[in-house]
Amino acid sequence: MEKTNRCARLLRLFGSMLVISACTFGGGFVIVSLMKKKFVDEYGWLSEAEMLDYTALAQSCPGAIAVNAAILVGWRVGGAAGMLAAVLGTLLPPLGILTAISMFYSAFAGNPHVAMLLSGMQAGVAAVLCDVVLSMGCGVLAQRSAVKTAVMLAAFVAVYVFDVSVAWVIVGAGLLGAAVQLLARKEEDA
Amino acid sequence: MILMELFWAFFQIALFSVGGGYAAMPLIRSQVVQAHGWMTMSEFADLLTIAEMTPGPIQLNAATFAGMRVAGFPGAVCASLGVVTPSLLLVSLLAWLYRRYRSLSVIQGVLGFLRPAVVALIASAGLDVLLLVLFGGHKIAPQSIRLLGAGLFLLALFLLRRRRLSPIAVMLLCGALSLAAGALFGAG
Repeated sequence: MEKTNRCARLLRLFGSMLVISACTFGGGFVIVSLMKKKFVDEYGWLSEAEMLDYTALAQSCPGAIAVNAAILVGWRVGGAAGMLAAVLGTLLPPLGILTAISMFYSAFAGNPHVAMLLSGMQAGVAAVLCDVVLSMGCGVLAQRSAVKTAVMLAAFVAVYVFDVSVAWVIVGAGLLGAAVQLLARKEEDA
Repeated sequence: MILMELFWAFFQIALFSVGGGYAAMPLIRSQVVQAHGWMTMSEFADLLTIAEMTPGPIQLNAATFAGMRVAGFPGAVCASLGVVTPSLLLVSLLAWLYRRYRSLSVIQGVLGFLRPAVVALIASAGLDVLLLVLFGGHKIAPQSIRLLGAGLFLLALFLLRRRRLSPIAVMLLCGALSLAAGALFGAG
């Protein structure tokens, strides 16, 4: 009995992640809120507070937010097997869908109509990115922190003008953030 | 060994992309276009378009697409595993630290400084896509500007910021208008 329950649970976990990953447009934050709906509200496998913690952890960690959240929830629900089930469920839909699309792309990218469609959508992507940068950039400016504004400008110049590797910029900004945090802590303690 | 290269490239992409799908884009570009030359800038723009239009995390979408183009289905699987592996290692570590110290304040402080850098990185990748849309990969000069691309870009930006339309709807509309323009006036 115990064993069949566990198997059913793992299967449900896998199936839920499969559906969520296959149907969610718009990235990590949307996926996390759908996971909350399924696992907290519907199945009651974890509490709302736990899910909030997991969301914060998933966002703080590098990598795809949906994968990070699947790892945390999977581990909590079913240990290592749960983690594997949740990650596989998240992984399979993009793998299947994009495999099919890339075959289509290879066959049809040369077609003038498909090329026009794609180049029009590229204009849309450029606008979406511009929108993201404007919103996030204004958010950074609104903090009125000279250091953060300087980090933003310096990072842009480093990557765009001087071709500095993206990874170095991330590591540099992270180290600077850690240093500022530690200094602020010392001042609090003093 | 091409499969190992794919795994390692996407391992690095996942390792350094903090803060969601858009943050991964500049890293994908630097690995796939600049470091390995697996795709041209124009193919990369198509990759972004397709990843944005399909469900699922952009890192996994990009991994499968790039992997398929470079080494077929085994490539897609290796690149996807490359995306997942850093998460498996780091999430466990972070969850352990979190349980021990019950506080994310230091991590969140660090993230506060990563955010401005990530905005700048997205801007730099976005600017290249915009230049591609405006000049079609030709020399950047006033006479080579593509009016259709420029018009669609401005329309899309207006719809996104003033009308709050969803990105998918905006992209579909741009694609349809471009297709119609191509059918009416001939490609280009």
